[in-house]
Amino acid sequence: MNVMVCIKQTFDTEARIILNGAGEIDGNSVLQIMNPSDEYAVEEGIRLKERYGGQVTVITVGDDAAVKSLQQALAMGADHAVLVSDPRLKMLDSHGIAVVLSRVIGRMEYDIILCGRLSIDGANAEVPSRLAERLDLPQVNLVSKLQVSAEGKVDARRDIEGGVEIVETNLPAVITVQKGINEVRYPSLRLVMQAKKMPIRKLGLDDLDLTAEDVSSPITIEGYLFPPPRRQGRTLTGSLPEIIPEVIRFLYEEQKIL
Amino acid sequence: MPFLVYVEQRDGRIPKPCWQALSEGRRMADARGESLIACIMGNRVSDLADAIFEYGVDDLFLHEHESLARYETEPHAALLSDIQKKTSATIVLMGQTSMTRDLAPRVAERLGAGLVTDCTGMFWDDQGLLYLRPLYAGKVTARLRMHTPIQMVLLRPNIFPMAKKAGAGRVHRVVAEPSPARAKVVDIVWQQRDRPELTDAEIIVSGGRGLGKAEGFQLIEELADLLGAAVGASRAAVDAGWQGQPQQVGQTGKVVTPNLYVACGISGAVQHMAGMSTSRCIMAVNKDPEANIMKVADLSLEGDLYEVLPALMRGIEEKKQQRP
Ligand SMILES: Cc1cc2nc3c(=O)[nH]c(=O)nc-3n(C[C@H](O)[C@H](O)[C@H](O)COP(=O)(O)OP(=O)(O)OC[C@H]3O[C@@H](n4cnc5c(N)ncnc54)[C@H](O)[C@@H]3O)c2cc1C
Repeated sequence: MNVMVCIKQTFDTEARIILNGAGEIDGNSVLQIMNPSDEYAVEEGIRLKERYGGQVTVITVGDDAAVKSLQQALAMGADHAVLVSDPRLKMLDSHGIAVVLSRVIGRMEYDIILCGRLSIDGANAEVPSRLAERLDLPQVNLVSKLQVSAEGKVDARRDIEGGVEIVETNLPAVITVQKGINEVRYPSLRLVMQAKKMPIRKLGLDDLDLTAEDVSSPITIEGYLFPPPRRQGRTLTGSLPEIIPEVIRFLYEEQKIL
Repeated sequence: MPFLVYVEQRDGRIPKPCWQALSEGRRMADARGESLIACIMGNRVSDLADAIFEYGVDDLFLHEHESLARYETEPHAALLSDIQKKTSATIVLMGQTSMTRDLAPRVAERLGAGLVTDCTGMFWDDQGLLYLRPLYAGKVTARLRMHTPIQMVLLRPNIFPMAKKAGAGRVHRVVAEPSPARAKVVDIVWQQRDRPELTDAEIIVSGGRGLGKAEGFQLIEELADLLGAAVGASRAAVDAGWQGQPQQVGQTGKVVTPNLYVACGISGAVQHMAGMSTSRCIMAVNKDPEANIMKVADLSLEGDLYEVLPALMRGIEEKKQQRP
C-alpha cells in the first residue's frame, strides 16, 4: 500500500507571536515543530505500511527549515521525503498548496493520502479537501478511527458534533486524522541519526511545471491586531458560606448569565 | 450580488451557527441593499422553511431527495456549487461546524473561490469586504481581503449575534438527481444529544487534572446539568481517559466561545487558553492562587473543588427556588 502523508512544519504551541519591521509575523526565533495532528497522520501511514507492505512518502511545502519535520517522519519509519520549496512560494494560501501537492502526488503511485485534520497556525483545514477536489478523490475528514482492508475498503469513524459518523469508501481517498486515532511512536536516537542521512527530494515550481501564477494567493493580509490581554478579575477567598453568595450575585446580577 | 447562506441540517435540526450565519448574511446584505438567498438540502426539509424565513431570507432554494438524507461531501458540494452558479451569489456564508468545515473547501476549490475560515468579523469598507480571523490559536488576528469573484466565509460559532427579521420570501424547489457519494455515511452513532454541543454552548463546565480521578467528572456533569451547560475537559483529563477526545478544549481540541466558561481543576496552560480565552466570562475553581487560570478569570474561587462545587450547586439550587 503506497501511502502519501502531507505534513506541515509550524510554530510550537508555546511560541510568542511578534511582528518584524515589515509588519509580518516573525518566525525567526521561534521553535518549529511538526504540526501536532500531522504526527498522527504519519503514524497511521506507517502502521498501514507495516500491515500491508508498500512505502510511505511524506511531503511538505515549506522552506528549508522544514527538513526537520521530514526527518522526524523518516525516523518514525517513512521511506521517502519530498520538500517543495521555491522562493516564489512565499505567500501561499490553501489553494496554492493544494495545487502544488496535487501536482506532486498526481505524478506518483499512491493508494491513500493522509493529512492532519488542521494545522494549528492558520487553522484553515482547507488543503486536504481542496486536494481531494483537485485529484477527484473522495474525502473523509476528522477521522478518529480508521480501518483499511487489503482490498482498499475504508471504514472510518468521523467525529461530528455530539456523535460519530461511520463512513465507508474505497481507496484511493484523502483522509484527515486527529488525536485519539493512535499513539504516536517516539523513534530511538539511532533511528533519528539514521534519518538525518536519508535523502530528501527537493522540488521547485519548475520541476512541477507550475508557474507563480498557478499558485498565486487570492487572499491578502492587510495587517494584524493583537487581542488585549484578559485582565485579572476578582479572587474570592475565605469560607464557603461567605463566598458562595458572592458567586451567586456575580452570576445572576453582575454578569446576568444565569 | 446576492448573499448566499448554506443552511445545514441533520435529522431536521439546524444548528445555532447556521442561524448566526443567516443573521449576519441579512445584516451584510442590508448594508448594501442586496438580497439574501439561503439553500437547504435533505430528505424532508420543507418543514424548516418557515423558521428560515424568520431571518429575513428573500429566496430559499430547497432540495429534497431521499439520497440527501445524510450529509455526504460530494453530492452536497455539487449541489451547492450549482446553486451558487444559478444565483450568481458572490458571498457564500456558512456557520462553522464539522459539516461546513468539510464542505466549504471542496466547493471553494471547485468554484475557484477564496475561503476565510474561522471568521470572527466582517466589515464593508470602500474596497469591499474586510474579514477578521484569528491565527496562532488567537494570539493574533489577521485582517484579510479576498480578491476572488466568489468569496466564501465560515463564521466562528457564537461570535455573530442572532437576529430575526420579518419578511416574506419565496421557495424555489430544486429538482435534480444528486450525484452519487463515493464516501458514504452508513450510520451515525450519537454519543450525547442531551447536553448542548461544546462549540455552540452558552455555558461550559470543564474539568482538568485537578479532579484527580475519572469519577470526579460526575461532579462536573452535575453542575453542567444544573446550568444547562456542555461538559469540556483539559487535555490532561482527556489523556487520563476521564473524558473522550471530542470534549477536549484547546489548541489541539475545540475552540469555544461560551458566555460562561467554568474551569475546575485546570491550570490554564497556553494550549488550553487557546481554546477558551475568548469566552465572555471565565470562572475558575482552583486551590492554587498562582495558577495561570486565576490570573485571567473574571472570577476566581480559591479552594478545593470537591468542597467548592457542591456548595456552589446548593447555592444555585436555592437561588432557582427563589426565582421560579
Ligand atoms: C502540542 C501540545 C498541544 C496541547 N494541546 C492542548 C489542548 O488542546 N488543550 C489542553 O487543555 N491542553 C493542551 N496541551 C497540554 C497543556 O500544555 C497542559 O498540559 C494541560 O492543559 C494541563 O491540563 P490541566 O490544567 O488539567 O492540568 P494541570 O496543569 O496539572 O493543572 C491542574 C490544576 O488543578 C488544580 N487542582 C488540583 N487539585 C485540585 C483540587 N482538589 N481543587 C481545585 N483545584 C485543584 C491545580 O492547582 C492545577 O492548577 C497541549 C500540550 C502540547 C505540548
